[in-house]
Amino acid sequence: MNEFLLIGGMAIVTFLIRYPVLAMSGRIKLSPQFLKILGYVPPAVLTAIVVPAVLMPEGNQILLSYMNARLVGAMAAIAVGFWRKDLLLTIGVGMAVFFGWQGLLAMLAGNAG
Amino acid sequence: MDVSHPISNASPRSELLAGARAIFPLVVGAVPFGIIFGTLAAGSLSFAGTLAMSIFVFAGSSQFIAIGLLASGTAAPLIILTTIVVNLRHLLYAVSLVPHLQKLSQFWKLVLGFWLTDEGFAVAIVRYDQRDISPNKHWYHLGAALFMYVNWVICTLIGLTIGRWIPNAASWGLDFAMSVTFIGMVIPYAKNYPMVVTIIVSGITALLAHGLPHQLGLMVAAIAGITAGMMTERKTR
Repeated sequence: MNEFLLIGGMAIVTFLIRYPVLAMSGRIKLSPQFLKILGYVPPAVLTAIVVPAVLMPEGNQILLSYMNARLVGAMAAIAVGFWRKDLLLTIGVGMAVFFGWQGLLAMLAGNAG
Repeated sequence: MDVSHPISNASPRSELLAGARAIFPLVVGAVPFGIIFGTLAAGSLSFAGTLAMSIFVFAGSSQFIAIGLLASGTAAPLIILTTIVVNLRHLLYAVSLVPHLQKLSQFWKLVLGFWLTDEGFAVAIVRYDQRDISPNKHWYHLGAALFMYVNWVICTLIGLTIGRWIPNAASWGLDFAMSVTFIGMVIPYAKNYPMVVTIIVSGITALLAHGLPHQLGLMVAAIAGITAGMMTERKTR
């Protein structure tokens, strides 16, 4: 049914993005200049995914406030990431601060209401 | 003697294990994301369909967006179109891997291509760029990719089964795990001026272009960031 077509379609298009360039890679020669450009790919792509996810928790408006638990968690993760170059610690502290802050906000909202 | 390119004679097995070890923190970060996917997808896909999506599509953010669109009643062709745009970044990854994979057999290219993810790519490219000459760096890549894949499928399954018993799992914000994981992945890059410019421009553009249809803003922001970084590098030299 529809579900089968949807998943099949998604699988095919995703594979057709990932694989063909690699399949033909033996015949592709990239200039040193182009290789340099590619060095910027990971931070550019990852940042473009993260920033809206953190700053736009509702999906359409930027929320620069202590009310945004994602922003607080992200700032904690950035601080820990620069302080200790430890990925697991960065993820752990970021998540802990996010959950802690979210719980705190919920408690405050409960008291106010 | 050329000390800048030491020959490494690490075995395939030790490279495989080293790759799996290197991606471990990112696998941990993907656990909540995978579980929440399994939990959420159960609302709009069948059990088999949810599992099949993780097994055959294996692209976390597009899977999330797909079930979100499905829940809002979007037609399948439009969801597939959005999948293309969201996953177009993998094309950038594939091009980046060309110099490192071009001498491998077609089988290796197929396997590493199918298992290409943000996390697997980020871990593998660091290994490929290390200066030692090792004939087995692709085993490191495989170790990372395989661990990521197996974990993703298992976490989807956990979400599908146990996830149903967790009240309101969707409202906990477990998807934030992906954000912190990516933050941790970006930080090591922020060590010179052009890279910092790339990160800032990419982030601001992503916010400005967020309203574009089919998540096109992601590609626009990535290209803006890459261009800004290149221009800065040329100026500072």
